[in-house]
Amino acid sequence: MYYFDPHIHMVSRTTDDYETLAKMGCVGMSEPAFWAGFDRGSVESFRDYFRLLTSFEPKRAETYGLQHFTWMCINAKEAENVELSREVIKMIPEFLDCPNVLGIGEIGLNKNTKNESIIFWEHLELAVQYSQQILIHTPHLEDKFQGTRMILDMLCADSRLERSCVLVDHVEEHTVRNVLEEGFWGGMTLYPVSKCTPARAVDIIEMYGPERLLVNSAGDWGPSKPTAVPDFILEMRRRGHPESLIRRIVYENPIEFFSQSENFSYIPPNVPEAATR
Amino acid sequence: MPTPMPAADVLDREFFEIRAKMLQIAASFDRIDRGEGTVEGDPRIALYHEALEVLLSDHPNRAEKIQLIFSRQYDESWRENLGITLPS
Repeated sequence: MYYFDPHIHMVSRTTDDYETLAKMGCVGMSEPAFWAGFDRGSVESFRDYFRLLTSFEPKRAETYGLQHFTWMCINAKEAENVELSREVIKMIPEFLDCPNVLGIGEIGLNKNTKNESIIFWEHLELAVQYSQQILIHTPHLEDKFQGTRMILDMLCADSRLERSCVLVDHVEEHTVRNVLEEGFWGGMTLYPVSKCTPARAVDIIEMYGPERLLVNSAGDWGPSKPTAVPDFILEMRRRGHPESLIRRIVYENPIEFFSQSENFSYIPPNVPEAATR
Repeated sequence: MPTPMPAADVLDREFFEIRAKMLQIAASFDRIDRGEGTVEGDPRIALYHEALEVLLSDHPNRAEKIQLIFSRQYDESWRENLGITLPS
């Protein structure tokens, strides 16, 4: 089955991973800008990172027939540095016309601080100003519930935002309801320990239905599995869910969400889908 | 959207997995007990106890309840608490 990984950090992965993803039915991915594992020292470091995301990664993906899209921002962790964040936000419009840029992301909160909230809000302003879609990171573990509610407060306070153009990522059992009820898209991240397992993601689909829900691997430089979406597909099949429902979640839903971005120039593969089974 | 698998089939499929997870928790608690010193009074132990009570209950959304036990509370006055005024 073809699928699309809506959140994966390929800059942290090897070229072998691109090959493996292609073999497993992945046809494309979107890569939000994120924390590299260390705090960068200047706006120029971000400029180079954004050049990597908009030039090198699409080429690396294309080698295996994969279509690579990306998002621009300064992540929540480095947003604690307000001065640097504002320099980065000012520079981001240079990249918004690049052919694989879908919007602003992954913005969000990390430890739910004052500075993170301010920079989150300033990213929203940028997205509104340039009519961009938004991809949002929600905090980890004990900070997730509080941080997700704070994020929803800020999103819902801005009547200019088109809610169907906003994806709130890393939802789990205690945050998914609020996100969907407010009209946003929700992403479930399949992480080994700190987020959702494939089985729990299927549970959430069974409880809330497939509307406006995505699943992703968020594969990065830490403990993560870039082929987690096929694990989700297998779990859906083992429980007897129809292929049409699985396809909707892993292929049609991401395409529906991303198609709201002007730069989403996705071309479906020529190979018949059955050949990937 | 109910799970298409009958309850008995789910139990059949997951019995050994759940058993293994229970043993893992039991062994972890034993390991903590065997360790030098004490964790008595550590608030994380109380969270475990609270979560275990949820597991034994017949609450329909145990996973959500346990997530909330391990979560910081949301306070709708967070803007005032942080001392920030965001444009409306």
